[in-house]
Amino acid sequence: MPSYNVKRYDVPSYYQSLLLLYPASFRAEYGEEMRAVFARRQRNASGLPGVAWLWFAALFETLWNAAAVHWDILRQDLRYTARTLGRTPGFTLTAILVIALGVGANTAAFSVTDFVLIRPLAFPRPDRLVKLWENVPSYSRMELSPANYRDWKRMSKSFESMGAFTTQPVNLVGQGEPERIDAAAVTAGLLPTLGVQPLMGRLFTAAEDQPGAAGTVILSYRMWQSEFGADAGIVGRRLNLDGVPSTVIGVMPREFSFPVSDTRLWIPAALPEVLYQDRNNNFIEGVGRLKPGISLQQARAEMNVIAGQLERQYPKENFRTSATINRMRDELSQKSRGLLWALSGAAICVLLIACTNLANLLLARGIARQKELAVRTAIGAGRERLVRQMITESLLLAFAGGGLGVLVAMAALPLMARLVPNTLPMAGMPAIDARVLLFAGLLTLVTGIAFGVGPAWRMGRGADLSGLRGGSRAGGGRKERLRSALVMAEIMASVVLLVSAGMLMRALWRVQATAPGFRADGVLTMRTALPTPKYAADAARERFYASVLSEVRRLPGVESAAYTSFLPMTMGGGIWPVSIKGENLERAGGDVASMRFTTPGFFKTLRIPLLQGREPADSDTSSTPLVAVVSQSFVRKYWPDGNAIGRHFLFAFSDRVVVGVAADIRVRGLEQDSEPQVYLPYKQQGGNFSFYVPKDLAILTTGTPEALAPAVQRIIRAADPEQPVSNVRTMAKIVEEQTASRTVQARLLGGFAALAFLLAAVGIHGLLSFAVSQRSREIGVRVALGAKPRDILGMVLRQAAFVAVAGVVPGAILAYQAGLAMQALLAGVKPNDPPTFLAAAALCVAMTLFGSLLPAWRAVRVDPITALRAE
Amino acid sequence: MDKPEDLLPLPSATFHILMAVADEDRHGYAIIQDVAARTGGELKLSAGTLYRSIQRMLEHGLLVETRDRPAPELDDERRRYYRITPFGAATARAEVTRLSQLVKLARARGFAPERA
Repeated sequence: MPSYNVKRYDVPSYYQSLLLLYPASFRAEYGEEMRAVFARRQRNASGLPGVAWLWFAALFETLWNAAAVHWDILRQDLRYTARTLGRTPGFTLTAILVIALGVGANTAAFSVTDFVLIRPLAFPRPDRLVKLWENVPSYSRMELSPANYRDWKRMSKSFESMGAFTTQPVNLVGQGEPERIDAAAVTAGLLPTLGVQPLMGRLFTAAEDQPGAAGTVILSYRMWQSEFGADAGIVGRRLNLDGVPSTVIGVMPREFSFPVSDTRLWIPAALPEVLYQDRNNNFIEGVGRLKPGISLQQARAEMNVIAGQLERQYPKENFRTSATINRMRDELSQKSRGLLWALSGAAICVLLIACTNLANLLLARGIARQKELAVRTAIGAGRERLVRQMITESLLLAFAGGGLGVLVAMAALPLMARLVPNTLPMAGMPAIDARVLLFAGLLTLVTGIAFGVGPAWRMGRGADLSGLRGGSRAGGGRKERLRSALVMAEIMASVVLLVSAGMLMRALWRVQATAPGFRADGVLTMRTALPTPKYAADAARERFYASVLSEVRRLPGVESAAYTSFLPMTMGGGIWPVSIKGENLERAGGDVASMRFTTPGFFKTLRIPLLQGREPADSDTSSTPLVAVVSQSFVRKYWPDGNAIGRHFLFAFSDRVVVGVAADIRVRGLEQDSEPQVYLPYKQQGGNFSFYVPKDLAILTTGTPEALAPAVQRIIRAADPEQPVSNVRTMAKIVEEQTASRTVQARLLGGFAALAFLLAAVGIHGLLSFAVSQRSREIGVRVALGAKPRDILGMVLRQAAFVAVAGVVPGAILAYQAGLAMQALLAGVKPNDPPTFLAAAALCVAMTLFGSLLPAWRAVRVDPITALRAE
Repeated sequence: MDKPEDLLPLPSATFHILMAVADEDRHGYAIIQDVAARTGGELKLSAGTLYRSIQRMLEHGLLVETRDRPAPELDDERRRYYRITPFGAATARAEVTRLSQLVKLARARGFAPERA
C-alpha cells in the first residue's frame, strides 16, 4: 500500500492559492483532502506537459467549482434570510422603507443633477463648444453686437468655426390657428459649429443667410411631429412665417435642441448691413468650436487681445469691452447650480441618516439575536459564515429597498424636474434611464455594505458561547456607546437639514414678501407680437392697438387696459444708455435704463403710482415733442435735487423731456437689481425699435382675470384674424413664477428635513427603549434599594438629553457651514439666522422628549420583583 | 426531507459518486479512482467537483460521513470516508428507473444502441 501521507509542503503554493477562491468554511472542511488529491495527481502526472496540463485544468475547475460553492451558500443564505426576515415583518418593512426613501431621494436628485449639470450636451465633442459674450463693466455676459461678432470671427485663430444666433419668436399662419412659435434666427455657421446633421434635408447655406434671400426654415423634430404629423414629404413645403413665405429645407434630429429646450424652428439670421453699424446694438449670442489642441485659456487670451485691438479702434463704442468665453456646459446660472447641489447635499444627508438608522436597527437586532448566533456557532458555523450570512441579509434588505427606491424616485421626478431650467440646449426631461439605474444600483450596494458590515463584523466577533449564558447584561456598554454615537450622528444630520430647510424657507418668504412695485391681482396678460413687414408702418400698429384696446375696455368688468413693450419680469434686457448732458453714451459706463413703449393706461392697469406729472398720452405723437416718464430711481440718480419735470436727457438716439415720474418697479424680477425705468409714448417709436414694439397686453378687471381671456382673444381675432395670441396668463402667475424654483426647492428640502427628523426620532426612541430593556435589572435593583420614580425618570431623560445635546451642538456648527456654502441662495437671510437655529434646536429637544416618553414610562413601571426574577 | 424524485435528474458526478460508494465506504481519492476505473478513464472527477458534490450530497442526505474506520495500518486519519444512506440508495434507484424509462421510450422510437 503506498503511503497516503501527503505533507503540506508537497502541494505547490499554486494550488494553495487557488483554494483561496473557495469560501473559508468550505476550505476548512475539505481543503486538506483536496490538497491531498491534487498532490497525488501531480505525482502521477507524466512529465512537464502532464503537470502543466494538470495546473491548467485545476485553474478552470477551481474557478467553476468555487463559483458554484459560493452560489450554493448564497442560495442557502438567501433562503435563511428570507425566513428570518419574514419572522420580523416590522423590522423588515421599516428597513426596506428607510432604504427606499434614502435611495429614492438620491436617485431622483441624481437624475436631475446629472441631466442639468453633468451629462455631456448632445453635440459631437461638446467639450470643444464655447459661448462668446462681450464683457463690459456692468455685465460680464452681454450679447454681442453684429459688428463685434463679425470682427471677432474674422480676427480669431483659436476656433474651427463660429456661429451666432438670437432667439426670435415667429408667427406661423395658415396651420390651423395662427400661432406664436419659439424660434431662433441663426447664422449659416451656427448649426455646423454645433456639429449636428439634420435628420432629413439640409442646413442653411451662406447664400440663404443673406438679407433679401428667399425665406427658408429648418424644423425641430418636435415641431415636425406635432404640427405636421411627421410628414415624410415636409422638405420643400412652404410655411407662412411672420407673413414671409418660407421653404422647409430640413428637420433636425429628435435630441437636438438649441439654444433652449423650447426652440421649435430655426430661420437664417440674414442680418442686414444696417445692423452692423452700431457696435452698441447688442442682441446676438456667439458660439465657437475650439480648434483641436487649443485650450479654453488660450482662446480667452486671444479673444482679449482682439477685444483690446477693437477697443483702440473704436474707443467710444467699445469702451472697456473685453470678451467672456465659457464652455457651453458651464453656462448655467450659479443659482441653478446652487439649487441642485443643495438638493443633492440634502439627499445625501437623508441617505446617511437612513444608513445610520439601519445600522442601529441591525445592531439592536443583532444583540437580540445573540443567542441564535451562539447556537449556530456551537453547532459549527464559522464566524466567516455568520458574517457572510449577515451581509447577505443587509444586501438583500438594501436591494429590496433600492428597488422600491427607484419607484420612489420615479414618483418624485415630476416635482424635481421643475428644477430643470428651460435655458438648457437639451430636448426632453430627466428620466430614470440606464445611467441613473446604475447609480441607484451602486448607491444601494454601498448603502447595504455601509449599514451592514459594521454590525455584522461586530456580531461575528461577539458570537461566542457567552451569548448562551443569557441574562440581561447581553449587549454590554460598548454596543450601547456605539448606538448612542449613531443616534447623535442622526440628530446632527437632521439639525443640518432642518436649519438648511428653515433658512431656505425664510429666504422664500423674504423673496415673496418683496414688493414688486406694482399690483398683480386682477390683471390678465397676453402677447400679440406684431410681425413685420405687415406691421412695419406706425399707422398699422396704432390702428391695431386702438381697435383692440377700445374693444377690450368696453368688456364688462374691465377697468383699464394697456399695451407695453414688455411686462415687468418677463424680459431681463431691453436697456438703453442714458446721457444727461449729451455725452457718455456708452452702455459700459453703467448709465443705463430699461426702456418700454407704452399706451395710456399702463400705470393704472398695473397700479404703479404716478408720483408727478402725467403718463404717456395718445396725443404724444411723432409730430409733438419727444417725452418720457421716468422712475424715482432715475430721478435720484441724475437729478438728486428731485426736480425732474421739464428736464431733458438723451436716450434712444433723441433728446427727450420728462413729463412724469413713476414709482420704481422690479423690472428684472424679485431677486435681481433693476435699472431705473424710462417709459416712452407708443406713438414716438420713430420706426427704429422693432425689438421694443409694444406686444404685451395687460388688462385690469374686477372679475376673475382668467375668465376674460376668451372674450379678449375674440376681439384680437376680429382685429386681425392672422394675429397669433401667446403667453395668456395672469400677472399674478408671472410674479409667482419668480419664486417657482425656490418654492419647489424649499418644499423638497423641507420634505427631506421632515424625513430626517422622523428617522432621528425613530432612532432616539429605539435607543432608549433598548437601553431601558437592557437595564431593567439595574432599574429593578435601584427601585428595590429605594429609588423614586422621579429618579428613574431622571436617569432616562438624562441619557436622552445627553444624546440630544451631543448631536445638536455639532449639528448647529455644520448647519452654519452649510449656510455659508449656500449663501447665494439665501436672498439675504444670514447663515446664522437666529430664529431658524432656535426653531431647529427647539424641534430637536421636543423630538428627544417625545422619543423618550414611552421608554421613560416603561422604566418607571419596571417592577423590581419581575425584573430580578427574570434572571 | 426531500423525496428522491425531487432531486432528479441527478448530475452525472452525483450519480457516479453514489455508485462508487454503493458497495463499500470510500474516501475521496478512492471515489475518484473508482469512477475513473468504471468509466474506463472517461470521467476523471476533479477535487473541486468531487468535494462540491459531496458537500451537496451530505446536505441532501444522500451520503453520511462514517465514523467506522478500516484497520489502522490502512488508514490515514486525515481521510474522510463516505457511506451511502438508504435515501441515497433510493435516489440512485429512482435515477436508474428514470434512465431506463428514457431508454425504453427511445427504443420504441427506433433509436437502438449502436452496438446492440
